Order: sequence, then structure tokens, then C-alpha cells
Amino acid sequence: MTDTLASNTPDAVQDAMPAAPPRPGAGTPSDYRFPHFSTRILANGLRLIVANVPAYPIVTTLAVIEAGATRDPRDYEGLAQLTTRALAEGTRDMNALELTSRLEMLGTTLDTGADWDSAIVQITALSSRIDDAVAVLSEVLRYPAFPESELERMRGERLADLAQLRAEPRGLSDVFFSRLLYKPESRFARLAGGDEQSIMRLTREHVQAYHAEFYRPDATALMMVGDIDVEHAVKLASAHFGDWTGKAPPVTEPVDTQRFPEPRVHLVHKPDAPQSEVRVGHVAIPRLHEDYFPVVVMNAILGGLFSSRLNLNLREVHAYTYGAHSAFDWRRAASPFEISTAVETAVTADALREIALEFVRIREAPVSEAELSLATSYLVGVFPIRFETTAEVAGGLANVEIFRLPTNYFDTYRDRVKAVTAQDVLRVAQTHLDPSRLQVIVVGDATAIRPTVEALSLGPVTVYDPADDDVAAAPVSSSSAS
Amino acid sequence: MRIPVESYHLPNGLHVVLSEDHTAPIVAVNLWYHVGSANERLERTGFAHLFEHMLFQGSANVEANEHFELVQRAGGTLNGSTWLDRTNYYETVPSHQIALALWLEADRMGRMLPGLTQQKLDTQRDVVKNERRWSVDNQPYGTWWERLPALCFPEQHPFHHSLIGSMEHLTDASLDDVADFFRTYYTPDNAVITVAGDFDRTEIIRLIEEYYGPIPRGAPRPPLRDMTVPPTFGDTRRTVVPDAVALPRLFVICRTPVFGSNGYYAASLAAAVLGLRTGCRLEQSLVRKQRIASQASAFTYDLAKGSDLLVVDATAHVDVTPEQLEGAVLAELDLMHEHGVTDAEVQRARALIETSFVTSMQSAAERADQLSRFATYFGDATLINEQVARYGATTTAAVSALARERLGPDNRALLMFVPTDEHPSAEHAEMAEAGV
Repeated sequence: MTDTLASNTPDAVQDAMPAAPPRPGAGTPSDYRFPHFSTRILANGLRLIVANVPAYPIVTTLAVIEAGATRDPRDYEGLAQLTTRALAEGTRDMNALELTSRLEMLGTTLDTGADWDSAIVQITALSSRIDDAVAVLSEVLRYPAFPESELERMRGERLADLAQLRAEPRGLSDVFFSRLLYKPESRFARLAGGDEQSIMRLTREHVQAYHAEFYRPDATALMMVGDIDVEHAVKLASAHFGDWTGKAPPVTEPVDTQRFPEPRVHLVHKPDAPQSEVRVGHVAIPRLHEDYFPVVVMNAILGGLFSSRLNLNLREVHAYTYGAHSAFDWRRAASPFEISTAVETAVTADALREIALEFVRIREAPVSEAELSLATSYLVGVFPIRFETTAEVAGGLANVEIFRLPTNYFDTYRDRVKAVTAQDVLRVAQTHLDPSRLQVIVVGDATAIRPTVEALSLGPVTVYDPADDDVAAAPVSSSSAS
Repeated sequence: MRIPVESYHLPNGLHVVLSEDHTAPIVAVNLWYHVGSANERLERTGFAHLFEHMLFQGSANVEANEHFELVQRAGGTLNGSTWLDRTNYYETVPSHQIALALWLEADRMGRMLPGLTQQKLDTQRDVVKNERRWSVDNQPYGTWWERLPALCFPEQHPFHHSLIGSMEHLTDASLDDVADFFRTYYTPDNAVITVAGDFDRTEIIRLIEEYYGPIPRGAPRPPLRDMTVPPTFGDTRRTVVPDAVALPRLFVICRTPVFGSNGYYAASLAAAVLGLRTGCRLEQSLVRKQRIASQASAFTYDLAKGSDLLVVDATAHVDVTPEQLEGAVLAELDLMHEHGVTDAEVQRARALIETSFVTSMQSAAERADQLSRFATYFGDATLINEQVARYGATTTAAVSALARERLGPDNRALLMFVPTDEHPSAEHAEMAEAGV
């Protein structure tokens, strides 16, 4: 029933309502180019990428090192992340406190982290302080001290993080999704930051050896973006990294095959949970792929935009949720495709039914012209907004390095998006979305939701306890849905 | 660095702020309505936020959800947010789409009600209830941000009640409530519109006059209930909350001078000395040296009326008891309260705050939001260019004096989350709430 308010609004208010001017059209688009950048390769193999973006008096310096979590040795998961985080804990001539004080008196902080494919160390400073900031960055990358007492503290902090993760429905659903998605021998099936067992195996010797092997100039790319010219950047990089030596071993990619070749439903039991955290997906394509652009457009229509099919269906039509999204968690190897939402416990099966329906529907018929143009015009128009800050430009350039994208990637991006057709979207949905392998993970009250979820026949249902370590080895109960 | 600012009022009271910058072909539109949960009736908690959802449900010339679609189709980003004392709505679009963004905001400021239906209200009510379940009820420590103001402001105070609201009050909200709230608070004389980025000045002034000029001024608004509170709590008060969490987590809150006052900058620097980034006291002492906390930080709420709040947030390490955590956090507050801060600490805090400020100003959306904020709270958007100097003019002695006056045992509210397993009985919480 749609009872408009006008019927019970006093006339005075109606009268006072000003007449509407007509809805305006678009003006003439201005030219935009992704910031021009120059690439220099030092004699030791270090790649320097510089973009002069002088609007504000700051510079972001970002180092990408081929030292991501996929390089962790088996049973020593978490080594890449521990090493990266420990870089800032002191160098050959500064202890942790001195290093922190030096940087923070310059008004800056070192941000470090490692994702699957690479380690990233980043610093944004006022351009007047850039020489000092790069000097510290170089010390940190080349001469970290890895003090035992700080490593011990960081292992303890990781244990605290893990304890928090296991109490947190969103984190828990992400953990179970990645563990159940890939084959158990895949690096991706274990936490990027390591678990309670692997963390306790990581000694100072492991960290030092890992740093010595992988933190090498020929495995490092340095982006410098902001109020800095190429000559100044080259001078700084040569002064601080020019005499860095050594060669990193070639990169080998991890096992990236899916664990279950058939559809399955995995329920992680949290008694009395008010909501169900839902993840639905499967292993899909790697980031560097010929279908990347149609896949991105397809995802925008299915679950990437606010006006996507999934969000309009689950949020605006059914009000099951605050939001429903889909995304590819891009990496160099075959990456997960994942639909995520959180719904009230009572409507969990209804929401899963709608998700499955949308997943199938986008493979059955071409998207409408309106849907296609919404997605492409959004992706084209938002492009300059994605690169407003020095950190965003540096991050974009880092992705070119990490995923080995072509150097004209940004200059051709908008044309590639515009060229995607409804037939392309249908083709990639049929090729890269696969209902016969769909995995459903729900963290919620399994007792309450199991009967209705089972009735959907989305695959055999397994129930897990949130504390299960090897989730496939220790299910609470299992049964097959017919 | 200087942010360009031009500011004027339309005859209907709309405060317009323009900030031209042609770095990229991007422009941000940002509206602050001077209304938040503080303006709600006590039997309608959560209403200001539910209303924010309704403002995306269409207006006389915009269909439900069309606002989102039109802005995204234009290549723009958008959202809105509700706070204790304001609600903002914003979009960033390619500069050739500026007219659309201005027109959409004008259509809902001038003509929201014809688009309103019971069905839209019912849907958004359920969406908001799911937002509450997701961000508060099914989230470890999720209730902290509604418990914190409740602990720090007395009952009946406009900041006391929950911003996200109670499920019952959300259920009770009617179409008449929506219409009343709109007519009362969503008027041009209760709003600031900021346009920041790549635009043609003459064209923007003309468009704003055309779209917003005919919207009538509102009737006088009901005054807020009295915001005044004593500068300190007068004691140390405690609430213990058993929750489905893995580790104890403690919030300590002190009343501090309101946003924009001289004392605010001292409080902001005190918070940074205590808990900003790695070189701060809490991180160095609690996380690194004593290893009692797994994380610790401090910040100010930046409230411009009544009282601001300085908040310390510390999570225990594995196997650390709530009592140990509390003892260590309070010892740091005692130390600063009794002995003040050093020049080097204040210098570090100022340097970090300055870099953060310059970094954030790169984003047109952030510039527009800050300009709207200063225009809304103080009627003067140019204050954005005085922030770095205000921090610079705040001396070490002023920060130490602030710590002496405001961080002592007579001005502390403690909110402690403890794992449910350790405190199975609710009795403990009630006893603890009585305080010491």
C-alpha cells in the first residue's frame, strides 16, 4: 500500500512548495588525464616511478616489495606480515622509540603492511620534509634491526587480534570463507597474518632470513607522488637506494584451486546471533585477465553499485539488510568472487534465495541498456575522483607494479570500460560466474536457520563451531541435502 | 597552504560557501543541516537518522533511489551521515555534472514531501533496524558509541540518548513525524551549502539562486533543551558491560572545552600527546613497555555545544584483567594530570596534526565538509584557514593546564566491556554502575 503524504498534508504547505526548475543536463566534460608519471630503473634494478602532482605541499612515497604473504613458508604463515610490521621497530642506529620520534617530529608516520602479493611501506610528509622522510624510509627498508623484544610483543598482539577476530561475526565470516574456498594446501586457505600455531613458530632468525632474501632492490618499486619533480626524486632515490645490492629469487605463484568442486553450504554456529553474516562465492579469475573490464562492469551491475541488483533487491525491495555487495578480492592468482551481506536471522534463507536468484539471473539474459550505461558511466566518471590525493595516485601506480598491468593502463581505462557491451557482460557472467561451484558461508544461529536454509537445496550443509581450527576436519555435524 | 573561501547568504537564509580549485575536473557539493539526534523528541530516538534515510527516497521530481542512481550515473560518489548536532549530505561529481548535483539537493530541500509514502517509510525503518543490528547489536563492543554519551550527559540532555535509536521508537515513527521534522528543520535558513572544486563562479552563483532562491525560509525552530553541563563530572563514574567479546576494553571519558574554543585546541593536543599514533604515551607505556594493552588511543569528540569529550580507548592484552587495564590507564591520566606535558610532546602532536590536515585537504569532499562545519557551528567558513595557527598558538603550558583542570579523578567516566564468560551475572554490572 502506498499512501502518499500529500493526502494528509495541510494545503498551506502544498501552496508554499516552490515550483521546480527543470532537471538539468550535463555540461561539457573537461579533459582529464591520470597524472603523468616517469619511470627510472636504477643500476641495481630498483624501479622508481615519479608523478609530479604539485597542488598541495606534500609527497607520498610508497615502496612495493615482492614480499607478500604468498611467500610465507608452509606452517610459518604470518612471516611476511610480521616482517613488514617489524621494519618500523628500529634500525642499525635507531631503536624503536628513536625511530618513531624522528618520524613523528617530522609530522609523519610509516605505514606498513603486506597483502597476498606484496609488502607495502608508505610515508606521506610535507614536501619541505621529504629528504628526511626518504632517508628514514631507506634505513627502515635496508637496515631493520628486528629487536627480539619487539618481535615478541608483536606476536602477542597478533594473538590478541586473533582472539578479537574469532569473537567478531564479520571477521569470522571472512576467515571461514577464505579457508573453505581454496584447497587446504593453498596458501590462501590460511590466514594472511598467520594463526596461533604458526605465529609462535616465527623467530627473529626467520624474520631476518626472510628480509635478507626478499627485500632486495630488484624486487622493489618506489613511487614518489606529489610536490616533487623527477630530478629531485631521482637524486633522493640514488642517494638512499643506489648502493643497495642483492637479487631476489623469482616469484612463484601459489596453488589457487577451489576446495570443493560442488556447491556447498557452511554454517558457523553462533547461538542467539541477532543477524546472519553471509558470504557467497567461489574462486574466479586472476587480476590480470583479458576479461577484466567486462567483469568489472558485470560486478558493478550485480552488486558493486548502490543501485545494483543485489542491493536494490535485498535492501530496497525486501529490507532484509542494511546493504548487500559483491566484489572480486583481486590478487595475481585466481581471486575470490564474493557476495556479502548481513541479514536478520529470521530472513536468512529468504535472503540466500534472492542472492542465488540474482547470481543465476545475470547469467541468463543480457543486462538492460539502462543497467549497462549506469555501470559504465559511473566507472568512467568516477575515475578522476579515485585519484584526488597523492596517496591514491601512488596506490594506483603501485597496482600497475603489483599486478603487472600495462603502462598505458590508466590512459586507456575509460575507453576500455566504455567499449563493454551487454553481450560482453552476459558472456563473462556465463564464463566466470559458476553456480555449480557456489559456496555459501553463514555465521549465525545455525539451529534457527538450518531447516529453512537446507530446504533451499543449495548444497550439502555442514555446521561448524567458530573455534574450529581445521574447519574441514572438525565439523560439528554434517548432512546432505537432497 | 590557503583554502580559498567565498561566502554569502540568500535572502531565505541559506548560507552559501564557495571554494574554487581547478586542480582536477571534480567538484564537491556538501550540505549541513543544523539538526541531529539532539533535536529529537525523547519518544522518537533514532528519528534524525531514519529521516536521513528518507531523504534518499525521492522528492517531487526524483523517484525513490533515483538520487543515488542519477549521481552514480553522472560518475559521482555520494552519501549522508547523521551526528548528534548535524546531518550532512554530499556528493562529488565530475565538474560538468555540477548542475545535476545542485538540482537534486534543491529538489529534496524544497520538495521532499510529495515523494513520501508509507511503504518507503516501512522499508527504510527495516533497513535502519538492520543497520542497528549490524553496527551495534551483532558487533563486539558495538554499543560503545551509544553508551558513551549516555554516560557523559545527564538524562534529558540533548546528547544523552542513542543516535541510532531504540527499536521501539523506530517502530513508532510515522509519516506525520517525517513531515513535521522536514518542515521544521530542513529549511534553507537551517542549512549551509558548500561547493568546492572546479566550477565557474558566475555560473554557480546563478544556479544556486535559481534552484535554492525560491525555497521559502522556515518557521522559527523550537529551542534545544538546555545544553549546559558543569565543566567536570565531579567524580569518577563507572559502568561495566558484560558482552560477547574476547578481551576487556576500557573507555575513559573526560569533559573538555567545546570545539572551537581556545581550550579545545589544548584538549585536542592533550589527546594527541596521550593517544595519537605510535609515539604517544598510551602506546609507548601501555602497549609497548608494560604490554597491558593490545591497542590504545585517545581522541576528542569535537562537540561544539554543551561540552566536548576527550576519550581514551584501550583494549587489554590477552590474559590481562579489567582491573589491571583500568589501573594502568588511570595511572597515565594521573601522570598527565599531575605533571603536565613536555614541549617535545606538544611539538610532535602539532606536527602530526598539521600533516593530517594538509593531507585531508587534497580531497574536495573533505574541504567542502570542513567548510560546511565551520559555517554551521560558527557562521564563518574562513576559520578553516586558522586551524594550523590555532594549534600553533596553543602553548605547552596551556596543554598542561588543561590536563590539570580536566583529566583528574573528579572528571572521569569509565565504560568497561568485559567478556561475558568472566562476568556471567548481570548483578555485577548494576552494582558497578552505582560507582565508587
